[in-house]
This record gives sequence, structure tokens and C-alpha cells, in this order.
Amino acid sequence: MLQREGETRIPAGCAISGFINRSGRRTNGSVIVNSIACMHERSNGLGGGFAGYGIYPEYRDQYAFHVFYDSSESRVKTEAFLDRHFDVVNLSRIPIRKNPRITDEPLIWRYFVNPLPTKLQDSQLDERTFVARCVININDKIDGAYVFSSGKNMGVFKAVGYPEDVGDFYRLEEYSGWAWTVHGRYPTNTPGWWGGAHPFSLLDYTIVHNGEISSYDANRRFIEMFGYKCNLLTDTEVITYIVDYLHRRLGMPLEDVAKVIASPFWSEIESGKFSPEETEKIRHFRNVYSSLLITGPFSIILGYNYGLMALNDRLKLRSMVAAEKGDTIYISSEECSIRTMCPDVDKIWSPRGGEPIIAELDKNCAERVGK
Amino acid sequence: MKKVYVNEDWCLACHLCEFYCAAANSGKSLINAFKYSDKKPVPRIRVEEGSEVNFAVQCRHCDAKPCVKGCIAGALSVVDGVVVCDENKCVGCYTCVLSCPYGCVVIDEEGHRIQKCDLCTKNHNGEPACVQGCPNKAIVFEER
Amino acid sequence: MAVNFNNALFEIVRNPDRCIKCRVCERQCANEVHKYDPEQDKMVANELNCVDCQRCVCLCPTNALKIRPNENQFRMNGNWNMQLMDEVYKQAGSGGVLLSAMGNPQNYPVYWDKILLNASQVTNPPIDPLREPMETKTFLGKKSQKITYDKDGKAHYEKTPYLELDLPIMFSAMSFGSISKNAHESLARAATALGTYYNTGEGGLHRDFYKYGKNTIVQVASGRFGVFKGYLDAGAAVEIKMGQGAKPGIGGHLPGMKVNEEISRTRMIPMGADAISPAPHHDIYSIEDLRQLVNSLKEATNGEKPIIVKIAAVHNVAAIASGIARSGADIIAIDGFRGGTGAAPTRIRDNVGIPIELALASVDSRLRDEGIRNDVSIVAAGSMRSAADVVKAIALGADAVYIATAALLAMGCHLCRSCNTGKCNWGIATQRADLVKRLNPNVAYERLVNLVTAWDHEIKEIMGGMGINSIESLRGNRLMLRGIGLTQKELDILGIMHAGE
Repeated sequence: MLQREGETRIPAGCAISGFINRSGRRTNGSVIVNSIACMHERSNGLGGGFAGYGIYPEYRDQYAFHVFYDSSESRVKTEAFLDRHFDVVNLSRIPIRKNPRITDEPLIWRYFVNPLPTKLQDSQLDERTFVARCVININDKIDGAYVFSSGKNMGVFKAVGYPEDVGDFYRLEEYSGWAWTVHGRYPTNTPGWWGGAHPFSLLDYTIVHNGEISSYDANRRFIEMFGYKCNLLTDTEVITYIVDYLHRRLGMPLEDVAKVIASPFWSEIESGKFSPEETEKIRHFRNVYSSLLITGPFSIILGYNYGLMALNDRLKLRSMVAAEKGDTIYISSEECSIRTMCPDVDKIWSPRGGEPIIAELDKNCAERVGK
Repeated sequence: MKKVYVNEDWCLACHLCEFYCAAANSGKSLINAFKYSDKKPVPRIRVEEGSEVNFAVQCRHCDAKPCVKGCIAGALSVVDGVVVCDENKCVGCYTCVLSCPYGCVVIDEEGHRIQKCDLCTKNHNGEPACVQGCPNKAIVFEER
Repeated sequence: MAVNFNNALFEIVRNPDRCIKCRVCERQCANEVHKYDPEQDKMVANELNCVDCQRCVCLCPTNALKIRPNENQFRMNGNWNMQLMDEVYKQAGSGGVLLSAMGNPQNYPVYWDKILLNASQVTNPPIDPLREPMETKTFLGKKSQKITYDKDGKAHYEKTPYLELDLPIMFSAMSFGSISKNAHESLARAATALGTYYNTGEGGLHRDFYKYGKNTIVQVASGRFGVFKGYLDAGAAVEIKMGQGAKPGIGGHLPGMKVNEEISRTRMIPMGADAISPAPHHDIYSIEDLRQLVNSLKEATNGEKPIIVKIAAVHNVAAIASGIARSGADIIAIDGFRGGTGAAPTRIRDNVGIPIELALASVDSRLRDEGIRNDVSIVAAGSMRSAADVVKAIALGADAVYIATAALLAMGCHLCRSCNTGKCNWGIATQRADLVKRLNPNVAYERLVNLVTAWDHEIKEIMGGMGINSIESLRGNRLMLRGIGLTQKELDILGIMHAGE
């Protein structure tokens, strides 16, 4: 019998694409759907998904949970859990449009929630850690329930199918965001489980990833020491946790996160290209965070609540192209998909392996939250 | 010029150099030289054994060269710094044997002529056989 | 005439067609096996003395010698094998404890040989180490995760003492006393050339070798031989030896006859006096005592040097390691039951302890389960026989490995397991001047460098095949391993799947 995500490790090749408008101008989801449709050949119909940022302005202060249920039983259990830990401000089924190529859908629900202040206080955790723990708890403990999106003013939409069909299924043209990412999946196995599609997310962090990392188990066994549970056994999941750990929990800026997960080679470090202080810092990173170095091919786009970061493995074993047009930055596996979104870009280039592209909302942008 | 030197710290007195030397200059394999020859070949290197220190000795190709000076037949000469013997000219007077302060000129197995270390320049050994065969790198062939 | 109950273990076969009677075998055998008999005009042998060290075979210029197991056998018995009977005869004759040397040679499972490695195909490209950077630099020590950034974005982090290895292989502890000065010099020079470390063992550090200090780990064992401030200051790290894989729960004994002037001065004991290391450290009867010694050594070295605690792999090794990780030690060295020794009681060596593969896997898992794997690095020891074993050890969770037997082999050792006799024909495990000089450090150090360099190349080749270009991505990466012919229980302990899964 075929095993689903989490029961076995499934390598996958893929297509990714994304863009961000730094001024916070929102664009509806059809643009990103078109960008992935032209890379149809890079997916095989076994998974597709989107992440949109700035799509829930009316609930911008609540955590938006998107949940898959296998049965109404699991929904009842999960809602009981949510009621114990959160104040549920709104709940509904996520609106969908029937698509002949998207079948076997689970129950798909959306909740806008605030942590219960008393529970939060009792937990002695900061709010985001509390929410993250609750999400990990539901996914780990409640059978048949899977929270696949849990950030504020953002959402993940994913399914088994080609990504353009998934976009149609979720009616993405009805959502507008200042940043979107998308993923088309080419797994080497047929899991047929919706939760296994990408992006993977925790809080507002989402990751779309193309590649197969060879450091997987080293990364997984390390990160699981810090309370994470890699239930899906996918690269994307572990990369998301690594980013969450370094960026949110240790407070590392994304430039440094990139230096940990795609660190410069020793030959570069010793070449004198970095300042003595920077050299010392990178040496320290390669010493103490060595288990978070990611090797093997990957190209990822990380989404977070005020920007996107794109990063290639340090040997650049996966294609990735970036482009700029005015205040919008585009990133994709292939140039054709960027041209679909914006035919006349100002600048287009292929970022070097290990060199992150970080594009964030302008400091004075009203959409920008947090830092 | 490159010469053979011995480091007494590493000489084990295993005597292998003597056997390799003798065989190399006889032009035969070790087994044939020592088992299937009428007379056993004589080595041109000899290990001096002490209670703690051992030392393999062979011609130093020294600057004084009393052997060359004393040779009555013109058999001994210096070629590129190496003292060599032309066996066809040697008359077996043994003046060189007597005059060598190191005792490094020896009488060959036939007992009519002398022979001495020529750094394996006249056989097909390449690097001197004693150097190649030393199991502890006590004998070296180098410029000093 | 006395009855000789014991069987000669070996038979010396001399080919008369090849033997030229050069007598090198006679001169090179410290056990006085070979002898030239002028009456017979041939070489003869006293086979009872032979330990099969292969020195004569290796030096025979005509390949005239072979040493093979004695064809004379006691009557076949499925229960009483010849070795056991032989040992009974020995003990019936001597009334003493049997001594042996080097690692456990018995036929227990070797898990390394039941683990297979992975390689990339299609979905993930293998990496060619000749074309792309392939990194094996390794850091050992506590890995403090704390980091803060000030308002200018400058990072502030805690720096803890560490060892920096250019490759994940170090030379394990072998004391001056158990091995010769020339062997020590070879190890020290090789470690320096390789950018790694060698370990003094418990016999102090010879004054000539202080200059190799930055590549030296100095050991503090229960006998405290040669330990003083200058010694601690000389090394790059200090290792507390709690136990040794070959003889867990047993101390050490260097017989007085080996304690010559050099050893006496280095160990700081009188010449000719037996050097006895007690079984326990008499100031460590419990884990809290260990913590005090760790702290004392940190204080003595200004907190600048990592402290290693070395233990033998015993049944509850995971719990012990967890205790050590919480004791302030920076590195734990675990020595499996195949680890070598200069001398150990045979019964202990052959029956006590567990395989390093299982010990390493369970320690690594336990420390991760407890979330304290970052507090210590793990060094695995106790029979790393090849680069493949090293790769498997690192994938199971080791940060680096110690090698010693392999290093001795590189210097000439043929594992005759007679170190305790002090008559090592290879000049390694002996203090007899005429034997010691057989090991020329200029030769031996180069052979050590060659060996480790070769292994490093092989490690890189294997990593490249897996699509990994940095050793840290291999560490604890158990998905790269599969068991072959192992039970579910063994797989569970190793934390790996079976081949085909």
C-alpha cells in the first residue's frame, strides 16, 4: 500500500514562483496562477499550492488558521481544542469552485483566532511561540486534522493537482495580496494527500521549495531538539522550522539565516573577502549552527509577514531567476514565468548560489507589521 | 654531489644492505647470487656493529682519495666525483686496500682484484641498492 | 624433561629454495625464534616463541618465509576450542591472570559491516569532489546557540572553547610507556601536518614534544602521571580518562622494567617503579565528583581549553553520557569494546563492554531526546577500520572519530597482540632501545599522514556520492544508512531502516 506524507520520505522536484510589491500594492491571485501555468511541465499534477500575503486586511490582527479535516469527527475534536486555547472570532468553510481535475477534497475550514489571554499567560510563552506550539500540537496529536496555514493577514491554499487547477479551485482571483508565492510539485511517489502539497507554513512563514536536500536527516534530528516535530518528512517542512528557529526564536536577521543554511565555503571564508569581524562571525556560525547547513540542491522562496527571501543552495544546483520592475521583485524557477507576470522587466538576473535576495515592504509602508 | 649517507640512529644492523649490494653488483637476483653461484658475491658495504650503535660503511668518495693516488695501474679514477675502478686494469696489488682509511676497498670473490662502491653507477640498479633496500631509511642518497 | 602442554600457535614455513641464509630473520626477531645452525648450515626455528608479528616475513629479502596457523590441532571440539584449552594450560602452569593486548578479537558482530551507505540518483545530483569544494573541517566543543543583535545589527554571541580539525579524524590516546618515544613523535608530527590532534594518553608529555602542543590533547587519568600545570597548559584540550573500551572498569599497569629514565622523568615517578593507574579516579566516585574535576581543570586552564571526558562503552552508556553532558564537559569520547590496549586482562578485554556502533547511536539519540546534544560533541572510538567506518560513525551521530589501531598499523604493527611483552619487533610497543630505533619517525609520520589523507579523500568521495558537500550535513544523517541482516531491535537502537525500506 502506498504510504502518505509522514509515513515515508518522498523526494520531489518542482517549480516555484513568487513576487512582492514593496510599496504594499495588492494584486489579485490570477497573476500568480498564470505564472505557474506556463511551467506546467515542471509539475506532475500531484500537488500545487499558493501563499498570499496581505489577503485578510479585515482580520489583520487575528491568526488565520486554514485546516484540512478527514472527517467531521476530527473537526469536532479540533474545534474543541481551539475553543480551549483561542477566542475564535470567525469561522467558515473556505469557498471553493468545483474543478474536474481536483478531486477527493477534504473538509477545508478557516478560523480567525486570538489566543486566550489566560491560557497564554499560563503557558509562560510569548504569543507566537504559543500559537506555533498549538499548531504543532493539533497536527501531531489530532488524527485527521491538519492546520496548513496559521499566520496573520496571510493564507496558504493547496491541494493535490496541477497548481493552476488548485488556484481555480480556491477562487484565488477573489483574493488580493502584496506578495504571492506558488509551488507546482513533481514528487517521485504518489502520496495523494493534500497536506503534503506545498507551501509548507508555520505562523506567517511559508516556504516553497524546489530540490531535494541531502542534509535532510541531519537537519531534522537537530531541529527536533527544539520542540519541532517533522511529521511530513519533507524538505520544505524542515526548512520552514529551521527558518522559524533562526529568524523568529534566535532573532537572527535573514541575511545571517542565509549564511547559516547556505554558508560560504571555507575557501571563500579564508580568502579574505569578508571583513575580520564578518569572518569571525561566519566561522562561529559554521561551528555552532553547523547542523543547520543545508546541502544538496534547493531553490526556495521564503514568505514572511513583511517580505520574501529567495535563496539557492551554495552550488546552485537548481535554477532560479530574479527580476525587478519598479517596486516589484519577481522570482521564479524559469524566466518564462516572470515574463508572464511582467513582460517588460527593468532588470533580470540569475542570483548566485548561497546569495539571498531579500525583498521587504518599505519601512513606512502601512502594510508592514512587526519590525 | 649526491652521496650515500648513513644515519646511525636508524641503522638496525639487519645487514640487508650488504646482501642487496652484493646481488646488485653481481648482476643476479638475490637467490641466484647467493644460492646458485660458485662463489658468493662480496658486498661493497659493510655494517659495523656495536653494542648500541650500528653503522653501515661504504666508500665516502672522499676528497683525499688515497686509493686513487696510490693506484699503480691507473685502475682507480674519479668520474664526476665518484671513485670508480676499472677492473680490467686492476692488477691486484691491494695498495688501495691498505691505504683506504675507511676500509672500504674490498677484494672480490675471485680474490684477484679489488672492488668498491661506485654508487651503483655501473649496474642497472638506479638508486644505490643499499639505499633502496634499507628497511628503516637509515641509508640515504642525497646532496649535503 | 618438562612437559609442554601448550601447542605452538604458529608454524614457520621456510622455503629452502629461496632462503639465502642472510639471517635477517634471526637478527630482527626479539622473540628469538629464528637461528642459524652452523652444523646443519641452515636456518632453524623455535616456533613456540613465535607471535606472528610478521617482522621476519616482511624483511626477508627473498620471500622465503610464511607463518601460518599450526597444523597440529587438539582434538576438534565444538565447545572447547584450542584457544580455551591453551589458556587453561597456561593458567594451570602459572596460577595467574591472563594478559592480552590490542582490541577484542573475538567473533562478535561488527555492525559497521551490516550498515550500507546511500548515494544520489536522478532526483538529486551526486557531487564530484574533484570539481566542487568538499569540506571536512570539524569543530568540537559546546555549541552555544545564544545570539543577540544590537541596534546597529552587530551580532553578539558566546564563544566557548573548541578544537578545530581539518578533517574529522584524531589519533586516540596511547601513552608514552605503552608505546615508544618514536611512535609518539610520529603521531605528534602527523597530527601537526594533518591539522588534527593526537592524544598523549596517561603517561605525560615528553619534554621534546611540547612544541607540538597546539595539536596535542593531554590526558588526565586515574594515575595522574606527568600531570602538572605546564602539561595542562601545553595541550589544546584536556581529556579526563574515565575508562577505556578494551578494559572498562580496569586500571593500568606499566611494569617497572619499562620505566626507564625518559619515562620516569615524563611520568614523574622513580625509575624502575611500577606505574599503576587505579581502576577509578579516587576523587571521582560519582557524577558530581566528575563535575568538580571538569571545573578544576577548566580553572587550571583559564577556561580556554575544551575538556574531554572519555568513557568506555558499557551497558548504560547513554545515561552516563547524559550525565557527562550536564557536568560541564565539552566533548565526550566513547570507546567501544574493540578498542585497543597495551595490556589488559584477557577475560576483561574479551567479555566486557559493548560495540561502539550501538553505544554511539544510543548516546546520540539520548542526547537529542534530552535536547542537550549541543552541549557536547561526540568522538567515537573503538575500531574505525576504514573511511567507510568513519562515514558510518558520523552519519550515526559522531562529530569526529579517534583512530589508534589503524594508526599503529600504518606504522607497521601487524596486530600480533603481544604489546604486553614489551618485545615489539616493529619498535612501537616497546621501550628496548634496540627495538625502538626500528621505528624511524621520518618514515612513520609520513605513513600516518598518507593514511589519514587517503581516508579523507575517500570520505569526500562517499559524501559526494550522497550529494553532500560538507561533513556537517552528514553528521547524524541516519537516512544515509540502511541495515543489512539486522533484527528490528538492532535497527531501532541504531535508529536506521533496513535496506529496501
